[in-house]
Amino acid sequence: MINFWGYSISETRSINYDTNDKSMTEYIARVVPSSKLCIGCGGCTAGCTAGNLTNFNIRKIQMLMKRGENKEAKEQLQKCMLCGKCMLVCPRGVETRKMILEMLNYIKTKLKS
Amino acid sequence: MQQYEYTNKIYYDHFVLPFTIGLVVLLGYLCVKYYKWIKSFPKEERKKIRKGLFSFKTIRSGWEIFRESLLHHNIFKTNPMLGYMHMTFAFGWFLLIVVGKIESMVYHTSAFNPPYFAIFFRYFHPAKETFPHSEFFAFLMDLILTFLLIGILLAVTKRFCSRIFGMKKTTKQRAYDLLILTVLWLIFPVRFLAESFTSGLNGGGSFLTHNAGNFFSGFLPLESLSYPAWWLYSSLLGLFFLLLPFSRYMHIPTEMVYIFLKNWGVKQGKEYNGFSEIQVNSCSRCGICINTCQLNTSCNINDTQPVYFFRRLRNHEEYAQQAEDCLMCGRCENSCPVGINLNAIRQSKRPDILRVTKDTYAYVPQPEVKPAKVAYFAGCMSHLTPGIIKSMLQIFEKTKADYTFIDEKAGVCCGRPLALSGNWKAAQVVMDKNLQMIDASQADILVTSCPICYKTFKEDYLLNIKVMHHTEYIDMLIREGKLKVNALDLKTVFHNPCELGRGCGVVEAPESVLKQVSQKIPTVYDGKKSLCCGGSLANTVIDATQKTKISSDTVKAYAAYQPDIIVTACPLCKKTLGKTSLEIPVKDIAELVAEA
Amino acid sequence: MAKVIIIGGGPAGCEAAHQLANQGIDVELVEKNNETGGNLNNWYQLFPDRKSAKDLNDILKQNLNHPKIQLHLGMEPRKIEKNKEGKFLVPLSDGSLLEGDSLLISTGFKIFDARRKEEYGYGIYENVITSVELENMFYNHSIQMVNGNTPKRIGIIHCVGSRDEKVCNYHCSKLCCITGVKQAIELRELLPDTEIFCFYMDMRMFGPGYEEMYREAQEKYNIKFVRGRLSEAAENLNKQLQIKVEDTLVGKPLRMTLDMMILLVGMESSEGSRQMADTLGLNLAPNGFIKSQDPHYRNNNTNVEGVFVAGCGSAPMNLTDTLADARSAAMSIMEYIKRI
Repeated sequence: MINFWGYSISETRSINYDTNDKSMTEYIARVVPSSKLCIGCGGCTAGCTAGNLTNFNIRKIQMLMKRGENKEAKEQLQKCMLCGKCMLVCPRGVETRKMILEMLNYIKTKLKS
Repeated sequence: MQQYEYTNKIYYDHFVLPFTIGLVVLLGYLCVKYYKWIKSFPKEERKKIRKGLFSFKTIRSGWEIFRESLLHHNIFKTNPMLGYMHMTFAFGWFLLIVVGKIESMVYHTSAFNPPYFAIFFRYFHPAKETFPHSEFFAFLMDLILTFLLIGILLAVTKRFCSRIFGMKKTTKQRAYDLLILTVLWLIFPVRFLAESFTSGLNGGGSFLTHNAGNFFSGFLPLESLSYPAWWLYSSLLGLFFLLLPFSRYMHIPTEMVYIFLKNWGVKQGKEYNGFSEIQVNSCSRCGICINTCQLNTSCNINDTQPVYFFRRLRNHEEYAQQAEDCLMCGRCENSCPVGINLNAIRQSKRPDILRVTKDTYAYVPQPEVKPAKVAYFAGCMSHLTPGIIKSMLQIFEKTKADYTFIDEKAGVCCGRPLALSGNWKAAQVVMDKNLQMIDASQADILVTSCPICYKTFKEDYLLNIKVMHHTEYIDMLIREGKLKVNALDLKTVFHNPCELGRGCGVVEAPESVLKQVSQKIPTVYDGKKSLCCGGSLANTVIDATQKTKISSDTVKAYAAYQPDIIVTACPLCKKTLGKTSLEIPVKDIAELVAEA
Repeated sequence: MAKVIIIGGGPAGCEAAHQLANQGIDVELVEKNNETGGNLNNWYQLFPDRKSAKDLNDILKQNLNHPKIQLHLGMEPRKIEKNKEGKFLVPLSDGSLLEGDSLLISTGFKIFDARRKEEYGYGIYENVITSVELENMFYNHSIQMVNGNTPKRIGIIHCVGSRDEKVCNYHCSKLCCITGVKQAIELRELLPDTEIFCFYMDMRMFGPGYEEMYREAQEKYNIKFVRGRLSEAAENLNKQLQIKVEDTLVGKPLRMTLDMMILLVGMESSEGSRQMADTLGLNLAPNGFIKSQDPHYRNNNTNVEGVFVAGCGSAPMNLTDTLADARSAAMSIMEYIKRI
């Protein structure tokens, strides 16, 4: 909640695709083309070593990123241990590990604010 | 009286200047460069140099330099033709210098003569005059020169027709490399011409230069050609020395320095430092790594092998992709004749991007493990190959081992995947979590089914308990008589996982176990020569299709031996090979042992 | 009189033989097993009408009692040749030689070997079975765990060996979804108090009455559907299965203990199809099935003149489509025979 002289603007509950920053998803789609193959089956998340211990959902993070919602990625991605198990499970052959590394890379070097 | 006259004569001509200047500049440059590199070593590594300098290790290094830098024994082993080529150059040149020096000393009787004197001996030495064994020396020098000229012929052939050397690819060149290559190729033919011309004019020389001199004198104006030929020879030498530090030939002096440092115990750490630079500059670009690389043979990727990666590093070109485009299978490192730490250097060039704070992996709970003598850590991947876990548990039960399965429910990654991606700091955090768990188990032995975990437990964790891969553990049980196995009526081939065989040197234990439980077919891929399954986590550049291609090529290579089963000792290899091996089942050694 | 040789006596081969014989064509039907019916022999009830598989199989078998049809059971073709006159010479394993004007390949499909999805534990955990084995249990009207207990919670896993890059099968086997729904209903009928879950990636209810059956499974039979792909399973001391799935519609990983797990195994190109392709030089699609010349208009033709394909040799399909495809192949063959 941001307070503007007595008026409060609550965070939107919907994805505002028109105004969201799509630069990250465009970058990822370019450098990890296989990331576009995801059908959201959740296999990655089900077996995830980190997700087994904490609230870390790689399927959701990358789905949100694809809609320009990068907040989750920024906050959550550091929890990944890069063990690569997700890559071994993915029925679509998404290079999940590379996708995560590139997302981290993008957040560190290019994503402003 | 005559001799006295000659010994006091000052042997000098202006044409020696290019050679002399080139040599002095080169030596000066090398001293500065090596000093800078060695200065950048971490303190403890520099200490090793001081300790090793006056030890037996130095003598051993001398022997290794003779064997590798001159004779190129390792290249010989891989490829005799290529070895011969390298040897003629290195050893031939070396002999030319040494024998030439001895010759000049015998003639001159004084050890004190300028360095160029021996090199241009035939110019300064009047042929009429004989000295002890002068004919023998002339013969020897001609012989060595012949040897070198054949080497050049081979090198030229290799460049234009590399298949003769059993090599599919020859390393690609840039303009600068081509220039110095031409200079090098010209040096000895020009020496040959200069000596022949002089011999044709004044006599001297032996079977090669003498006869060639007579031959040339028939149709060439040798009076006007001989002196310029010496100028050209000296200039080529000088030019070669000046170009050398910025070319692949920097490996000639650097390899020797590297051999000393290596023998003194200097290690390639996680960081890229002067020692890495020395190694990068020790690469002779022989190209053996290109042929062993499965990215080349299966996927036709030809810009990432160490020879190319190192060239980028030397030339300060963009290398980010090449740093990542590697399976880290270690096949190149295993076959590198110089013994450079190819994997560690590449890994040091991967960016450490994960920022580490107190919150990093703070979610990992305090470990709850049952204490026991043997701690079993299956590893993340093994949870996708329950056949391996089940077999190991059966073996523990069968041998009544006091064991605890520490990552059964809530395991943490071993940290090696993080390290492989360059993120050492984050890896350290994960390692600390695992250390707590291993400590809590109070075990004497840590057994793991995953060679990736095994390598890092062994090398990075600095544990004071015994770390064993399950193949070693099973081998121990069999040797101690705790586990009885029967040979199954199965023909098997063994795929030694990269991290286990080449990575950790575990070769005998799995082979011994496999021979006892099956009829193991010997293959050319046994031991450290095994192939990579293609499933490596280390490569983040190639895609799933390319990995599958490597896997299917590997399966085909093993299938050629017509085994009943392809046996491996790694969950990742098992899954990767199993993906494409539709006809022949892929199993882990532990599974065979549990059945036997 | 024209003669057609049919390789494979599954539903497609039987139906095509019957149709061709009715048109006065001589048919030689070669089947490697000692009875016709192929994979239909392993099925108990059919979707969506729950017709007995045996009844349909019997009709197909009866149709083969035709003076124009010559059956060669327990036979396999050796190296097939096409001679200069365009006739096909098919030597059989007993040494006899068949000669025909046209060849119909109806070599069907192969069931995916579930052991290749090791993380699902088939062949490792005792209470993991395939959908084919479940049909056999239905046949015996008894659903039991290995220890003899009645399962209290059953999970049906969709897409095992289908749509999976990890086993190099990109294709959808098409009928596992509806098989899962059908089997869930049959399980409910036998086990009224058992919890039954289907774990799916997509529910592909493509045939008439399928979607209705899905609705019925939810509403009437109380089958629970979870959208999430099984990642791995472990076995506990009671031989129950602890599975890891993400409930993707909730967005949280789901841990669940099952008494029994059923793997809906997909379809792969059969060895027979591959052999035929090899010996005749037929093109294969990237998924390994025999490639049709055109997916719409000449879907029974192959790249070799006179060689036709029907049924699951060319793609995974349900029985309805298989039989229709067989009839369509018979028509195409008639057309070809008239032309030569």
